[in-house]
This record gives sequence, structure tokens and C-alpha cells, in this order.
Amino acid sequence: MEITLRDLITVLHGMGFGALFLLAFSGAVAEMYRMSSPAASAPSSRGKTMLYLYLGAMVILAWAAVLSGTYLAYPWYRAAPPAGITDLAMYPRYLLLSSPTTAQWHNFGMEWKEHVGWLAPIAMTMVAYIYGKYGRVLAYQRQIRLAAFVFVVVAFIATAIAGAFGAFLNKYAPVRGGPTIQIMQSK
Amino acid sequence: MTRMSDNTNTITNGPGAAAILAAGIGCFLIGLFFLFAEASPAAKSFFTFYKPSGALSGITTSAVAIWLVAWLLLARAWRKRNVNMWWVNLTAFLLLGLSLLLTFPPVIEMLLELGA
Repeated sequence: MEITLRDLITVLHGMGFGALFLLAFSGAVAEMYRMSSPAASAPSSRGKTMLYLYLGAMVILAWAAVLSGTYLAYPWYRAAPPAGITDLAMYPRYLLLSSPTTAQWHNFGMEWKEHVGWLAPIAMTMVAYIYGKYGRVLAYQRQIRLAAFVFVVVAFIATAIAGAFGAFLNKYAPVRGGPTIQIMQSK
Repeated sequence: MTRMSDNTNTITNGPGAAAILAAGIGCFLIGLFFLFAEASPAAKSFFTFYKPSGALSGITTSAVAIWLVAWLLLARAWRKRNVNMWWVNLTAFLLLGLSLLLTFPPVIEMLLELGA
């Protein structure tokens, strides 16, 4: 069983960082809702630490997803083929643009994904800061709570768009190549 | 409970408002710089900070840098103040809404056609 370095990095970008970040939203929203009630019991110091670690991990995942996408996977995706190359399998952007039936996967899908995805880390960093700064006091700061909730929802939508198009793009024009890593050998 | 009430009275909303408005600005700039890069080859070239990633590298780096500076300046200005959160939220939500529109390629195409 083997995998190429580019496959591994792309999987790490999409599944390791992006999908994990997306999965974490439900927990964040549940805790935000719980903390929004003035009647909610004050979390223990351990509970508070857990919440800060949880939101901190989400921020790290969000930044890791966009940075690995922009600076690792995207350059492989948009690499230009040398003159005379007819097999575009190793050049996903050019492969998609070579046919009118797939060109919109780049012109619409990739163009949207690569920009909208960046809204998520900015939004989540702000939300994590707000919760770290105000904690339980947020129960009495309705407007700040509302803003945090709206930004979380937008971060979720942005990540879902980026993730969905990432999955589709990887179906039609996967990023391939690079050194091969042997994971397991047959007996 | 008494302690909670004390906290409520002593913690101002300024730092939170600064973070919210700055996040709105940061998100909006991603969309705005994308529009600039699509509208002008010179802007596209300017935003190409890292050639393998193209203009995306400069669009995002510039937006993130300005977001952080805006956050720092607003946080300093509003550190000990209670600001009108209604206006802050309205502005931040407008910027966030615009960022969603400006990162949507059909909207960019429409704006470029209108500008042409």
C-alpha cells in the first residue's frame, strides 16, 4: 500500500484539517447555545479549559486548512504543463479547462472555493477570542453573542462550500504525483 | 452570582466590538481584493506574492495583514469603552454579507461586465 506525497498532503488538507474543522462546528454551536443562557450553570475551571482548547483547536484547524491549501495543494493544482505535453493528468487546472464540460469546475468551483474558504479562519479566530475574553459574561452580552453566532454560521457555510468543491474537484482532476510513500507491504 | 454581576459591570464591550468589526473588515477585503485582481492585470500581478499560488497568495496575505492591524487599532481605541454594539454588528454583518457576494464568481463576473 503506497501513496504519493501530493495525495497525502491533499488528504491531510481536506480530510485532516477541513473535514475535522467542519465536524467540530456542532460541538461549538452546542456550547455557544448553552452558554447563552444566564441560567446556565457556570462551567468548572476544567470545563472552561476544555472549551478554550476546543475553540483553539478549531482555529488551528481552520488556519492549517487554508494555509496548506493555498501554499501546498494549490500550486500543484495550478502548475502549468510544459510545452508539447498532451496528457494533462498531472496538471489538474489545465485538465479541467481543456474541456467545456469540465471548465466550470475550475472557473466556478475552484475560484469560489479558494476565496470563500478564507473567511472561516478569520471568523473563527474572532469567535475564539470573544469566548476567551468574555466567557460566562457573554450570557449578558446579547449583541456580541449574536455576532459570534452569525460569524460561526458563515464560517460553517464557507467551509462546507470549500469542502464540497474540494471533494468534487478531486474526483474530476485529482492532484497527483511527487515521491511515493510506502505505507504497507504485501506479505 | 455577585461575582458574575461584578464582571458584567466591569468588562466593557469595546474589545469584543473591535474583534467583530475587524473580522468583518478582514472578510470583506478577501472579496474586494479578489475583485481587484480579476478586474486588473496590474492588480493581479501586484497580488502575486508567491508565484506558485498566484494572486491568491497576495489577496489573502494582504487581507489578513490589514485585518490584524485594524483589530489592533480598534482594540486600542475601544479597550475601555462601551460602544454601540447595534452599529458595530450592522456594519460587520454588511461587510460579511459583501464578502460572501464578492467571493462568489458569478457576482464578480457580473461586476466586471458592468464595469467594462
